[in-house]
Amino acid sequence: MLKINNLHVKLEEEDKQILKGLSLEVPAGQVHAIMGPNGSGKSTLSYVLSGRDGYEVTEGEATLDGNDLLDLEPEERAAAGLFLAFQYPVEIPGVGNMTFLRTAVNAQRKARGLAEMSSAEFLKAIRAKAAELQIDAEMLKRPVNVGFSGGEKKRNEILQMAMLEPRMCIMDETDSGLDVDAMRLVADGVNALRSPDRSFLVITHYQRLLNHIQPDVVHIMSNGRIVKSGGPELALQVEEEGYGDLLAEAG
Amino acid sequence: MSDTAVQTKEVTPQVSGAPVAADALQTRLDAMHLPAGGFTSAARADALTRLRDMGLPGPRDEYWRFTNPRDFNAPAPAPISVPEKMQDSPLFQDLDRLKLIFVDGEFDAVASDSLGLEGIQIETLAQADEVADHWAKGIYGSLEAAGQKPVNRPFAALNTVSARDGMLIRVTGKPSKPVHIVHRRASEDADVTWHHVIRAEEGAELTLLETGMVGARSNGMIEADLARGAKLNYIGARQAVHQKLELSHIFARVESEAQLKAFVLSVNGTLMRHETVVDIVGDDALAHVAGAVLGDGNDGPFHHDDTIFITHGGLRCESRQVYKKVLKNGAEGVFQGKILVKPGAQKTDGYQISQALLLDERSQFLAKPELEIYADDVVCSHGSTTGAIDETALFYLRSRGVPKERAIVFLVLSFLADALEEIEDEDLRGQISDRLEAWLTRHENQ
Ligand SMILES: Nc1ncnc2c1ncn2[C@@H]1O[C@H](COP(=O)(O)OP(=O)(O)OP(=O)(O)O)[C@@H](O)[C@H]1O
Ligand SMILES: [Mg+2]
Repeated sequence: MLKINNLHVKLEEEDKQILKGLSLEVPAGQVHAIMGPNGSGKSTLSYVLSGRDGYEVTEGEATLDGNDLLDLEPEERAAAGLFLAFQYPVEIPGVGNMTFLRTAVNAQRKARGLAEMSSAEFLKAIRAKAAELQIDAEMLKRPVNVGFSGGEKKRNEILQMAMLEPRMCIMDETDSGLDVDAMRLVADGVNALRSPDRSFLVITHYQRLLNHIQPDVVHIMSNGRIVKSGGPELALQVEEEGYGDLLAEAG
Repeated sequence: MSDTAVQTKEVTPQVSGAPVAADALQTRLDAMHLPAGGFTSAARADALTRLRDMGLPGPRDEYWRFTNPRDFNAPAPAPISVPEKMQDSPLFQDLDRLKLIFVDGEFDAVASDSLGLEGIQIETLAQADEVADHWAKGIYGSLEAAGQKPVNRPFAALNTVSARDGMLIRVTGKPSKPVHIVHRRASEDADVTWHHVIRAEEGAELTLLETGMVGARSNGMIEADLARGAKLNYIGARQAVHQKLELSHIFARVESEAQLKAFVLSVNGTLMRHETVVDIVGDDALAHVAGAVLGDGNDGPFHHDDTIFITHGGLRCESRQVYKKVLKNGAEGVFQGKILVKPGAQKTDGYQISQALLLDERSQFLAKPELEIYADDVVCSHGSTTGAIDETALFYLRSRGVPKERAIVFLVLSFLADALEEIEDEDLRGQISDRLEAWLTRHENQ
């Protein structure tokens, strides 16, 4: 589903190379995890894939279902099925959660040639999904992420993901800031979305999330590259030993 | 927070001061059809003397440096065509309200609702001229005159001199519905002066709405006198075709425990100047004034100026000024706002914020925030910012599939939210918000 080949990315404004020949493939229906030290470029990868300004791709390519991603606008990538759960979800005062999310859902439906969802349909769907994630319906009336706790923001990201039904979900440290119960809720939310034609790329620092969301493959990222890939046991190894030996061994 | 530097503009220098200015004023007056007789005649004569003393403003006057008064000084406005089928704005149409229609500044009794409503006495300035000892006599032109210190406001004096019509509203109770003044246009070159006088008696409450476009050029004024515990909510949305020239004034006198809340929405317009002068004379009173402005220079030049002066003269009073301007395609915004705290006005809580969202680099915002405080136990703050669209928020919205232009509409509404919050009534706020959204949507791709 997602194919990244030899991706080189630098900052647009500075002469700083962040991704240095990253290659990765996530087949349909699989969950891949990325772990790696702070500053290795994990968030940058997620931003470049979803089309944030400020980065320049100097080499390599990224495709979703064989279609070039890197030339598309962020909203076109979303319509193509890509979703990023942000490491730091953004607060937008004065814009209601519901209004925002309904606009997003309908814009994507329109781009895919589907009929728009009516207010009633939307309300019904979001109420059900919010209940599953134990998000208070009152919260949905508030402005986007304003006054939400750190954990509530992360759950709100998963709610958006559940409503938008993307095919390729990238989650950037969705587990950080979540209490134990909230992590289980989020994991349940993700597991409920797992299907043969939906894939996940889960960026995390902790093995614990991966107990709840079983990954097919774990990648270790360092200095702008994937340096090692393996099964779930790789995450356990990181948890126990840290990155030292792993990175040394990878050279 | 940034105080923006004075903008220099090419202006024709006036050759020799006073005589030229006096000529210009006379020409300006000669071009008008001035009222005669009636209970306002003494106030008009007084205003004329004051006006001759100060003369018309020039670009060197302290409060006219950012806004060139030339088009307001000119004897007549350029005509603006009137479409065959003029529609009232949809704003407040489905509300239960008392509707008062003005056509080119003249009251249209046939098109208006009947003036009877419990808790309120409504007359027109033109008709009331017949009455000798009118309740409005002590107010008409007198709040304006008081507001001439310490800053001259020549167009306000000109308004008092030349107003032929407007509403005289005396509120004695709590009328069951808002009063809605709707302005309509009939002739292309109408140069209109309108002047409302409002007296809210002790404990009385009124919501006053005003919409529509006034003439090719207009000079409007509300003088509002709020007795103890009275409450006035004013929402103005004088939207229009782009070319209009608009001056408007609010002069308010606020007694103890009274509350003034005024919100003005401005979209379109070549040159607009809104002056708001509030004199808080009692204790525990409140004055909130706010404005939201949307300007698109693509339709022609756009210049909008809010000039605010709030005086605190009582104990424990609260004032707020919340002004937000969204400017694109070379539109210009100006904010000049002052809080004056008189000696002895302790426990004053004064707040002022003016912010501009510039959607491109050609647009500009000039701000002159001022505080003058002669009491020691007060909290006053002011801030002014100029910024662009928040790129992170924009990316966040787009990453959810919201198209860029739509995402910008969301962020503009987000920027304006604080100003809209000053509208107390949720339904009215919603209607203003819808109107903003409609305008933004129409102007999305420009
Ligand atoms: N816009 C930017 N300006 C300057 N430096 C940047 C920018 N974006 C990323 N970087 C730098 O690029 C490197 C990679 O950052 P990135 O946020 O992708 O790391 P990460 O792997 O997500 O780290 P963490 O685990 O701490 O979230 C860091 O050194 C960071 O400082
Ligand atoms: Mg990161």
